[in-house]
Amino acid sequence: MKPGHGEVLIAEGDVKIAGDEERLVEEFRRQLDEGLWAAVPGRSNDGRRQAQMIKAFDEIPRDADRVIFFPRAAGGA
Amino acid sequence: MLLASIAIGVVIFALLWDLILPPLKTAIERHRARRRIIPADGYDPGRERRAEQRARQLLRSCVDDEEWAMYRDLGFIRVWGGMARAPKRLTTSLDDRRPGAPYAYLVYPHKPIVAYLVQTSELLNEYCVAFPDETRPYGSARLPDSDDVLAKWMALTGDEQRLINTANMHLPGRQVDPKQVRRDLWRLSQWERDRLRRAQRPEGSVPAP
Repeated sequence: MKPGHGEVLIAEGDVKIAGDEERLVEEFRRQLDEGLWAAVPGRSNDGRRQAQMIKAFDEIPRDADRVIFFPRAAGGA
Repeated sequence: MLLASIAIGVVIFALLWDLILPPLKTAIERHRARRRIIPADGYDPGRERRAEQRARQLLRSCVDDEEWAMYRDLGFIRVWGGMARAPKRLTTSLDDRRPGAPYAYLVYPHKPIVAYLVQTSELLNEYCVAFPDETRPYGSARLPDSDDVLAKWMALTGDEQRLINTANMHLPGRQVDPKQVRRDLWRLSQWERDRLRRAQRPEGSVPAP
């Protein structure tokens, strides 16, 4: 998510392919270094939709089809 | 005589050259700068609308069908609280945390998150939270409405405690009118009742007038 633009595709690839995975890891780190939060939408045990906050590339579920980056929350006025 | 005049002229010209050259260069550069065509991002009135459309699609793909329908029909999403204790109210002492009482949040676009007790509709707190673009701290554009809701939804369902700790907590009514929130809770209850009624109705039947 990008302020003023909405959803922007940053990178895509298949983690099973070594070259793709390397690129995805690099992009993931870059986004976190820029101060963004990362989340993967999924489901809880009771079937409800929920998000999982991701702090490291290894935490991304293997079956996740996307990771959403969004600006870090800050206390508002 | 002529040779001497030429020599004097050359000397004068050489001396003046150093004085004339810098302002001349500056004037030429200014003229070029004024004439230069600068590629500018012209204002696109449809950009924000398209961004909002994309944001709505993204939100719809992430949240439950019920939550999406709620946002579409009512303009906000209710997110159930996941912590064992409801958030402490600013006005009460530590021992009034009503352990186990179900609580929820109303998530509005670009407004504080409002926490309330589900059984009594009692408003607990307002949580002011923003998602600023840290790469452009001054004058940055804000997220489209639906992206703001989705960011709050992800942060609440993914790590509620962290979001609540990050937000600025205020008494209900600081920014969101409590009357408006109570009206929204009433609208939500009516909406849920209608939805339940529609779900229970046999397929193809028409309600009596």
